[in-house]
Amino acid sequence: MGAQLSPRKLLTIICEASLEHAIVDDLLALDVHGYTISDVRGCGAHGRRDAEWPPSANIRIEVLCAEKTALSLLDHLQENYYANFGMVTFLSDVLVMRPEKF
Amino acid sequence: MPFEPVIFFFILGLLAGIIRSDLKIPGVLYESISIFLLLAIGLKGGIELAKVPLSSVAGPGLVVVLAAAIIPLVAFPVLHRIGRLARADAASIAAHYGSVSVVTFAVAASYLLRLDEPAEGYMVVFLVLLEFPALVLGVVLARRSGGDTRWGHLLHEVFSGKSIVLLVGGLLIGWIAGADGIKPLDRLFLDLFKGMLAFFLLEMGLVVASRLGDLRRAGGFLIAFAVAMPVFAAALGVVTANLIDLSVGGAAMLATLYASASYIAAPAAMRIAIPEANPALSIGAALGVTFPFNLLIGIPLYHEMAIRFEGVL
Repeated sequence: MGAQLSPRKLLTIICEASLEHAIVDDLLALDVHGYTISDVRGCGAHGRRDAEWPPSANIRIEVLCAEKTALSLLDHLQENYYANFGMVTFLSDVLVMRPEKF
Repeated sequence: MPFEPVIFFFILGLLAGIIRSDLKIPGVLYESISIFLLLAIGLKGGIELAKVPLSSVAGPGLVVVLAAAIIPLVAFPVLHRIGRLARADAASIAAHYGSVSVVTFAVAASYLLRLDEPAEGYMVVFLVLLEFPALVLGVVLARRSGGDTRWGHLLHEVFSGKSIVLLVGGLLIGWIAGADGIKPLDRLFLDLFKGMLAFFLLEMGLVVASRLGDLRRAGGFLIAFAVAMPVFAAALGVVTANLIDLSVGGAAMLATLYASASYIAAPAAMRIAIPEANPALSIGAALGVTFPFNLLIGIPLYHEMAIRFEGVL
């Protein structure tokens, strides 16, 4: 039996670790069913983010969701965080099993 | 020796960072040691607090908090008017300087212990009381000209932050259990304390080395502020200590508390409460200049000030 795959969007947010609580609250308020968070390091417009101590730590938040939800999330993030925080977001097409979960 | 030997670990970390050594303290170790230090400091304070009636600490505590409010209220106009920093940046930096550094407190306690200059054991109560009012004051200063604040987020960040939870938690446990109750834990929390502090200072040396670039961005004014402000605040601390009849050791500890700038609780709270403030400026000043200044020069200086001005009021 072949796997049944359905299209969904993968929204990836890389941002300052200090935003974790605020963004998780936002995700839940915007009807996201789940998310995955990892600690990450890197370098960008805000310099080296080496995670040596909390103020220089970054996180990556991944959300699988429908396109409409992903777009409203992107709008929300742009409006609330882009101006003052280090944040990169990108959207990719993915195929998922059990699409009702997302 | 003019300063506490544990500071050599800070200098080692600083040098290792400057020569770009591959030495790296894992993030989990930083977290673990900071949890240990906060809890141990709270416990020690609680044990000492159990030896005195609470009422004898309440009045002085109020005086200490009220006098400390002068620090951000002086720092803000200096930074905003004279330093020409944006309102948000000036308010955020003022909040960092109004709040306190737990590690600077711990190093000062070790320094005074080595000199056999005892301080009142309940100083840790002042440490807890001084953590948060300046953060709220900083946000008020930033928002005086309008702008909305997520007060719920700020208050949650401050009061649920690990600094307050562990310090207050340790304080209560130490207070309820008393010296005898805590005795089985002495080996872990008291005997290992200085070794853990050494590890933490090694890590802070590395972190300070990695933030030296921020100092270039901060500029000469902010660097001068980061040296002058703690000395002014320490003088205020000595005067306040005289007002509430603290010992010389207590006056040196209060001066150190007033002089220190927060770089654990304040950066986290200010990032949420005043997001438009540039954290590189406040952390560059508080951690890059004031923290090493206090460790190397400040603590012995504040002790000397406490001796010279004992009983002036």
